[in-house]
Amino acid sequence: MSESTHRPNPRPRDYWMIAVVLGVITAAEVAVTYLDALDAVVAPLLIAMAMAKFWLVVAFFMHLRFEAPIYRNLFLIGVIATPILFGVVLFTFGVLIG
Amino acid sequence: MSAVTHTDPAEHGAHPPLPHVRKVAMWAFLGSECLFFGTLISTFLLYRNRTGDGPTAAEIFDIPFTSISSFILLMSSLTMVLAHYASERKDWRRMRVWLLATALLGMTFLAGQVFEFTEFVHEGLTVTTSPFGSAFFVMTSFHGAHVAVGVILLLATAFMSFGGKLRADGGMNVELVALYWHFVDIVWIVIFTVVYLLQV
Repeated sequence: MSESTHRPNPRPRDYWMIAVVLGVITAAEVAVTYLDALDAVVAPLLIAMAMAKFWLVVAFFMHLRFEAPIYRNLFLIGVIATPILFGVVLFTFGVLIG
Repeated sequence: MSAVTHTDPAEHGAHPPLPHVRKVAMWAFLGSECLFFGTLISTFLLYRNRTGDGPTAAEIFDIPFTSISSFILLMSSLTMVLAHYASERKDWRRMRVWLLATALLGMTFLAGQVFEFTEFVHEGLTVTTSPFGSAFFVMTSFHGAHVAVGVILLLATAFMSFGGKLRADGGMNVELVALYWHFVDIVWIVIFTVVYLLQV
């Protein structure tokens, strides 16, 4: 990563640790869906865990945390525009058109 | 207009290095792909309850099986980042091993997807059964196609390394393939949660 920022890049041991965390979160996601006691909060919990996994992969495996701002910004445009697109599509077709 | 190109920081003295044009293109492509998959997922959400006479998501999804597939794809991101790390250190032999391991995990995921689709068809859900079936198969098939392209890129990169072509570009090809592969993984993270876990 010749164009990276000043943060120290992760090493293989860090990558293995992140993979373990990703595996644990995935197991937790599956467990949450089977726990009836958590029915009321299952959706926000699952979304939060998915966001955590997303961030771990993008920040560390894709090195976006250590990259020059131009790369980060290009990707963030897509990442920020997607939920807006979600909202517009679901509102337009779901509420307005039915 | 200034050209965007790869430069050696040493040539620029105090100036920061300019971005690499291929890497800029890849990040822009991945940003646009977010919108592409966002459209497919939002379409699925619109039609998830329109199952007609066909089976519903809760009746048909096999969460333990899909969880294992998801875990396999997540671990392929680990092997990919280790391949990238090896390429940065010009450890070509180790890079090849990790690239091939990533391709193998990708093919395992694809085999799981083919098995899952076959099971769904046997249980009465096809692309024409209902709007839910159409939205589900179109979205997951597009993701599967991306994984298949990734596997081809991984194998091609591993074979290119035998000819010494990767040495000339300083590992940039491996980095671009890695970015694509990790992106395929993050799309599945979203699909696994929104399409599978939240629907059962």
